[in-house]
Amino acid sequence: MAISKEEVLHIAKLSRLKLSESEVDALAHNLSDILQYVEKLNELDVSGVEPMTHAVPTQMRLREDVVEQRLTRDDLMKNAPASQDGMFKVPKVVSD
Amino acid sequence: MSIYDEWDLVVGCEVHCQLATNTKIFSSAPTAFGAEPNTQVNEVDLGLPGVLPVLNGKGVGFAVAAGLALDCEINQTSIFARKNYFYPDLPKGYQISQHETPICGEGHLDVTLEDGSTKRVGITRIHMEEDAGKSTHAGANSLVDLNRAGVPLIEIVSEPDMSHPDEVVAYLKELRAIVVYLGVCDGNMEEGSFRCDANVSVKRKGATELGTRCELKNINSFKFIKDAINYEMRRQIELIESGQKVIQQTRLFNPDRGVTFAMRDKEESHDYRYFPEPDLPPMVVSDARLAEIKESMPELPAAKRARYQSEFDLSAYDAGVLSDHRPIAEFFEGAVAECPDDPKQVANWVINELLKEASADDIASDEFKVKPAQFGELVKLISTDVISGKIAKKVLPKMLETGDGAEEIVEREGLKQVTDTGAIEQFVDEVIAANPGQVQEYRDGKESLFGFFMGQVMKASRGKANPGMVQQMLRSKLKG
Repeated sequence: MAISKEEVLHIAKLSRLKLSESEVDALAHNLSDILQYVEKLNELDVSGVEPMTHAVPTQMRLREDVVEQRLTRDDLMKNAPASQDGMFKVPKVVSD
Repeated sequence: MSIYDEWDLVVGCEVHCQLATNTKIFSSAPTAFGAEPNTQVNEVDLGLPGVLPVLNGKGVGFAVAAGLALDCEINQTSIFARKNYFYPDLPKGYQISQHETPICGEGHLDVTLEDGSTKRVGITRIHMEEDAGKSTHAGANSLVDLNRAGVPLIEIVSEPDMSHPDEVVAYLKELRAIVVYLGVCDGNMEEGSFRCDANVSVKRKGATELGTRCELKNINSFKFIKDAINYEMRRQIELIESGQKVIQQTRLFNPDRGVTFAMRDKEESHDYRYFPEPDLPPMVVSDARLAEIKESMPELPAAKRARYQSEFDLSAYDAGVLSDHRPIAEFFEGAVAECPDDPKQVANWVINELLKEASADDIASDEFKVKPAQFGELVKLISTDVISGKIAKKVLPKMLETGDGAEEIVEREGLKQVTDTGAIEQFVDEVIAANPGQVQEYRDGKESLFGFFMGQVMKASRGKANPGMVQQMLRSKLKG
């Protein structure tokens, strides 16, 4: 299966990546190659095999519902480039 | 002519219930409503590098209980998945949800409509997921509060089985009553603990193909849901009738103007690229755990309604009032246990007197002074003729105020009904002697005066004489 330039641009947009024209070309090739390689798996008959979601067969560990408060708001804001009124300040996310 | 003669309305609901846990779904940060911004956040909620989510066991129990109440298939192995999108109130860049194998599969809910008929609404699935944070938009910036980030939710998805706004409201009310009964969710719509998205489409009457749907998001009251669906139905019909097309989109409801409007898309594409969450292995609900949850399921409102009607011979309306809220139902049942011979009278007194003085929340509170057994004792005093209903109405406020038992108050204040024939005869004789004029008129045929004599005797006894006995004695003495 070949990946088109448009698909590369779409994936880049969803991933918030900015690509140059030459990068788009290269990625379209690379991604197509990878998919082609993986397509080899289609030759296997996996009917009757449960889909695997995790490589290690283990079960979920659950937590008790007990509150533990470790961070203060000041701690939280230490990494924030900007803050206001105890909230993270970011560029406006809805356009007018 | 009704709009429904020519058009079919098709509605399915997605309801988000905030689970009533103390901590978040994947972290031990608290979930209390209304805290100062960013004071209930820890490393996991922030999505800091290197942290790992650990699932809240109590939340799992809640999700299973909700599934059992809705007759859902329980998937004893379920998988969490990442739903990828960028938004500042989602620090990780993905929401942990469930996609292909949610905790609960298909089920259904039978809803009683106002005309008494039953409507079955199919449940497609219930999955667990985390809530996002909250952004507010001010000037050139947006401000992000992550207190809600990671709050545990279940999303209950229904089939598009509803064909009238009243059915939608009845479904949502029943669903809300159930999750509140189970203690799974506090059901508070204003605080966003119970939020509804409705998928609405229309088609020509009888058409088999569904129309294009619009999603009405985050409507926070039953009335608004009805208004929004009614508006949306008419909007879509007008579009189609004028030769235009309904565009699939997410719309919000403006309650002040009574209209829906298209939401500005926060993500240009709904291409979420789900994949299994590598940080969380499959979740297994063991047979033992499932049995334990089944065991702890309370009797649900619909079952109580039916039982109150068959066992206690109550009307559908009264059974509904008594079963809608768990504290009221439990109070009623506790009172009946004390006064088992007269459940109907207990029902009347709960509905007509107790609920006049107290709400379900009051009754549930530790500070509420009257215990169910004490209330049952009061009703028992009435039904065994120890006190009259009139006196009981004076006793109840005293019970509410002091927390003393009904019998104790009746004893202390000398309110016992007088059933002693001699004493009653004395009251009757006094009244007859004091009103010779009226006695003559009565004997001449003015029978309407009987009420006057009854009143006088009851007054003389300060309300304590047994009315039945007074009536009998008056009749015979007035005959002369």
